[in-house]
Amino acid sequence: MTTSFDQNLRLAFSPLHRLQWEESQQKHVILYPEGMVELNVPAAEILKLCDGTRTLNQVVIELEQKFETSGLHDDILEMVESALENGWIRTLS
Amino acid sequence: MAGSEPYPSGTPRWLLAELTYRCPLQCPYCSNPIDYAAHSNELTTDEWKRVFSEARAMGAVQLGLSGGEPLTRKDLPALVEHARELGYYTNLISSGYGLTEEKIIELKTAGLDHIQISIQAPEKTLNNYLAGTDSYEQKKAVAHLIKQHGYPMVLCVVIHRHNIHLMREILEMAIELGADYLELANTQYYGWAHLNRDALLPTREQFETAEAIAQEYKLQLKGKMKIYYVVPDYYEDRPKACMNGWGTTFLTIAPDGMALPCHEARILPGLNCPNVRDFSLRDIWEKSDAFNRFRHFDWMEEPCRSCPEKTKDFGGCRCQAYLLTGNMNSTDPVCSLSPQRDKVQQAIDEALQISLKDSAEPLIFRNSRNSKALGESSSQ
Repeated sequence: MTTSFDQNLRLAFSPLHRLQWEESQQKHVILYPEGMVELNVPAAEILKLCDGTRTLNQVVIELEQKFETSGLHDDILEMVESALENGWIRTLS
Repeated sequence: MAGSEPYPSGTPRWLLAELTYRCPLQCPYCSNPIDYAAHSNELTTDEWKRVFSEARAMGAVQLGLSGGEPLTRKDLPALVEHARELGYYTNLISSGYGLTEEKIIELKTAGLDHIQISIQAPEKTLNNYLAGTDSYEQKKAVAHLIKQHGYPMVLCVVIHRHNIHLMREILEMAIELGADYLELANTQYYGWAHLNRDALLPTREQFETAEAIAQEYKLQLKGKMKIYYVVPDYYEDRPKACMNGWGTTFLTIAPDGMALPCHEARILPGLNCPNVRDFSLRDIWEKSDAFNRFRHFDWMEEPCRSCPEKTKDFGGCRCQAYLLTGNMNSTDPVCSLSPQRDKVQQAIDEALQISLKDSAEPLIFRNSRNSKALGESSSQ
């Protein structure tokens, strides 16, 4: 499967955005200048692991272990690509 | 059927703290009230901290620190620190004038998340004329410092007849300064901008030319710089969904503690906006007449009342309806369905006539002297 980024690179959250749990909304949100995106649970689980220490495959393995399931690769890839396009995360070279 | 449609209910998400009306610049399109000089009794540091805490407890998450020029408040770093501890995303909305590297570092340490600065025009002479202050070189230097210290930066340029022909130069300047976001804010005609409308409102042709250039850059800069284009609503067919619906999302606190459902709302007669010195924010948000006045749809007149689009635009902007028709309950006249749409056309025609005259219409600059003079003449 071809992707828009080098899968050997670690994924890190953007320094220009902030990921935060919002108690009053009971959900994670991404904050940036004058804006906010509300995240569903799967998206938040993926983005929390994009902390500069893991590659895409390591994120997949960790979440499959955590939720005792398999076959998450394609869904996670889709979310990661969309997060990269939105500038929420970046790859570390 | 009136009253049966769902109206978005919510708690404030956006707190706009107008810390002061003091400002070293004199922009003739300032959104502050024309009589701002009469409201000088600013909230104290402790009062602001209480406001931040109460709004955060209700669910507010974005905090705009604005003005006037918020840098004139000596307690700005202390306010930022308190806000950041509460978990706000803190936005400094400044002219950039008077910002030093020392202050940029101090605010970063306090936890400031983002800085927005404004530049009036992409060339020195025009910028300094519009700002009423020799500020161009300093603002550009400040923009570079903001990026050097790792902040996301929004560059805001207010667009009007004096700079709309420089759209390409504005975009190139934003690229050169390394802006992460460029806000191209077509002037909204309230406050000082309404006063100066005949000298500021561009023609439709000017708008269309400028918008095409902005769209071209938007595509070209995708993934590098985000462009927010604030539409010029006099040239639209439908009104904006002002404030995302009255009393649903936005809460503004004026320098003197007046709580406003939108930052222009203090012009609406008889609204009697409550003050945070007298009431808790929760009481203000939930119980005050001012915040409930234009919630739901029962207050609407025709054609809004029976219009299927009312759940989308909430009848447009109450302040614009008041400024153009004298009736704050009427349909926002920028709507082509408004029986008073001719008021907008009249404004466009008048501005066009004046732009064709040989001598330029003089601008009334926003300063305390003009504010006091205009405030007195309007109260007589």
